[in-house]
Amino acid sequence: MREQDAGARAKNFAEVACGYSVEEALREAERCLLCPDEPCIKGCPVSIDIPGFIRKIGEKDFRGAYDVIAETNLLAAVCGRVCPQETQCEQVCTVGESLEPVAIGRLERFVGDAAIQNAWGRVPSVAPNGFCIGIVGSGPAGMACAADMAKAGCEVTVFEAFHQPGGVLKYGIPDFRLPNEVVDAEIENLRKLGVKFECNTLVGRLFTIEQMIDEMGFHAVFIGTGAGYPSMLGVPGDSLNGVLSANELLTRCNLLRARDFPDFDTPVPLGRQVAVIGAGNTAMDAMRVCLRLGAHKVHCVYRRSRTECPARAEEVHHAEQEGIEFHWLTAPLAILDDGKGGVRGMRCIRMELGEPDDSGRRRPVPVKGSEFDFEADQVVYAIGTNANPIIGQTSRLRLNKRGYLETDGDLATSMAGVYAGGDIVTGAATVIEAMGAGRKAARSMKAYLGIRDAEHAATGGTLFGIDLRERNFARIRVA
Amino acid sequence: MHPGDLSRFEIVSRQDFSDATYLLEVRHPMMARAARPGQFVIVMSHEHGERIPLTIADFDRSRGTITLVIQAVGKTTREMQQTCKTGTTLHAMVGPMGIPSPIGRARKVVCVGGGLGVAPMFPQARGFKANGAYVIGIVGFRTKSLVFWEDKFRSCCDEFILCTDDGSAGIKGLVTEGIRRAIAKHADIEEVVAIGPPVMMKGCAEATRAHKIKTVVSLNPIMVDGTGMCGGCRVKIGGEVKFACVDGPDFDGHKVDFDDLMSRLRRYAREERAAAERWSENCRMKNLADPVAPAVELLELPDPFEDVKGG
Repeated sequence: MREQDAGARAKNFAEVACGYSVEEALREAERCLLCPDEPCIKGCPVSIDIPGFIRKIGEKDFRGAYDVIAETNLLAAVCGRVCPQETQCEQVCTVGESLEPVAIGRLERFVGDAAIQNAWGRVPSVAPNGFCIGIVGSGPAGMACAADMAKAGCEVTVFEAFHQPGGVLKYGIPDFRLPNEVVDAEIENLRKLGVKFECNTLVGRLFTIEQMIDEMGFHAVFIGTGAGYPSMLGVPGDSLNGVLSANELLTRCNLLRARDFPDFDTPVPLGRQVAVIGAGNTAMDAMRVCLRLGAHKVHCVYRRSRTECPARAEEVHHAEQEGIEFHWLTAPLAILDDGKGGVRGMRCIRMELGEPDDSGRRRPVPVKGSEFDFEADQVVYAIGTNANPIIGQTSRLRLNKRGYLETDGDLATSMAGVYAGGDIVTGAATVIEAMGAGRKAARSMKAYLGIRDAEHAATGGTLFGIDLRERNFARIRVA
Repeated sequence: MHPGDLSRFEIVSRQDFSDATYLLEVRHPMMARAARPGQFVIVMSHEHGERIPLTIADFDRSRGTITLVIQAVGKTTREMQQTCKTGTTLHAMVGPMGIPSPIGRARKVVCVGGGLGVAPMFPQARGFKANGAYVIGIVGFRTKSLVFWEDKFRSCCDEFILCTDDGSAGIKGLVTEGIRRAIAKHADIEEVVAIGPPVMMKGCAEATRAHKIKTVVSLNPIMVDGTGMCGGCRVKIGGEVKFACVDGPDFDGHKVDFDDLMSRLRRYAREERAAAERWSENCRMKNLADPVAPAVELLELPDPFEDVKGG
């Protein structure tokens, strides 16, 4: 796939990967063996019929290809760009056993972009079933859940605290990886399905989850409020000016358009020498945003080695091309003060890999006497997040000991009719995993409401002699 | 109760207290029902605007409105002073945010408001009064022309002390002088609540520390989302990092690291100054083109933390 030249793109916010032309897409589609055991479908968190849509591309029926994807995933243009395909569908691709696997993500993006360009909204005619669904958070989990519930005939309202819908797709992922227009187009598709978006609405404080069920007439609620509460390192210098979370940097730059300050009113700190702590996708995004804002040098400080780095392979590759300096096996010890409340540099220590820890990754241990300093005037933390406390503070929903919402295997919370999924349940994860959770919760909500689910026939059985597929006539509050 | 149209934030009334201080009453019936003393909102005046946190000065459930008192100091607040007229709308207003101030059953409290902080202090003083407390109100302004809400505040206080820096109204001195007098007169003060610029709240906390009187302050650091997502508003409380937006905004004044807060409030001083200057320049150009429009005076920018005088 064509890409913008690394030197040029590090100075602009236009998309790095240019996408397939029709010829390229056809050539890539031909590489798929359409093998009978379809391992890619099992590798996909939302089980897209991958060989099905690739076959349609091969037949030059791009609209048909989109319809196949849209059966399970309404956000093809987003997922084609941001899914970690190399650990999902492409990892298990049969072609990949001997050659490069089929570029499933790029093909999905090709189809998704074609759908946006040609305005192929899939608006199935659905008979309204009278159920009202409230969705808290308009990120990937909420969008996926909203799509499924709307397709089932429910009246769906999505509440968002920011002034624009899209959640992390808007405030987090930068335009050079996922342009905001793509997110807006996907949201427009949801609107065509009848989904309503209410922005500037902080659920928990403006009204509670209990009020949604008891007073506002929602028959079921899905909570997908996402990650929150970025972790700080807890080293000296943490609160110096010039130290900020990747979330703050990205939100200012992406959602509030601080990169266009002063045409937009929100400022963003401009570091000349930036150190980003962490090596996940958020860290990669933060580093590349800093470069584009004009930083001369951007360092990545990560305490494990490249093998353990959790970012998508393509992102690390792109970051390296753009000139990010990686300090693998390096842990921060302190942020050095310039005497005026700002940052002068960082003190780090070299690490080496020891025995495997709980996560199965080899635990990094410090190498004695290997401390060293380097100059930096801005430090960005991208070391993960803790649970956002707002829903916990304002509802009686049960939390686990880390503060995340507690759910059962069906993503039901401790309150009847209230489901949750995505980062607020699992802690930080990927866009597609959040979408998978949104869809799984939608299935459970349909079962709870007694909506017959054509795609996933109810498991059947009876409870107290009542067919489980029948509608519930009374809601029982457990919590 | 269905939310209906949550996306139109109409300004239903406006009042100007001085050259720099103005009040906006914004229609939002659902928020008026939900709001509690001590909470705040985040406002965007237009699509390209900044998200600025403003403490809720009052809420009226029967009128379905939220009242904000704003001081025109930076680019955004000065622009709003010109554009936010009765009948216009804000681009966004989200809230109520933060944990409401716990208005306990203290029998004797001192409610201290400094400058713009007088506005958000008012609903708390009213709440304490409604709970049957003996309320001593202390409000402070730089000078007489900046005084607002004196009667409104006085009406819910059993004792009231007005302080001005230059002595042009009430007693001459800072609010800490008022606190000193209140403590000297009453040995049984159970709680002091203070809202105002950080340096004032720091002074209040120091004034009560030796007397071991519980002192609650309301912090208003720089924020982006207001939902605990960015950590921009982190403050140090007794050595621990807390986020003012979701863990506060109220904290124990004796534990707050005010120096850290004041330093962090200056983070964008340079950008703020540049934006304000550029904006003033644009206004001047517009005024040259339109000779009837009044000239906009560029106020000398105070320290950025003045910006947060309670609002």
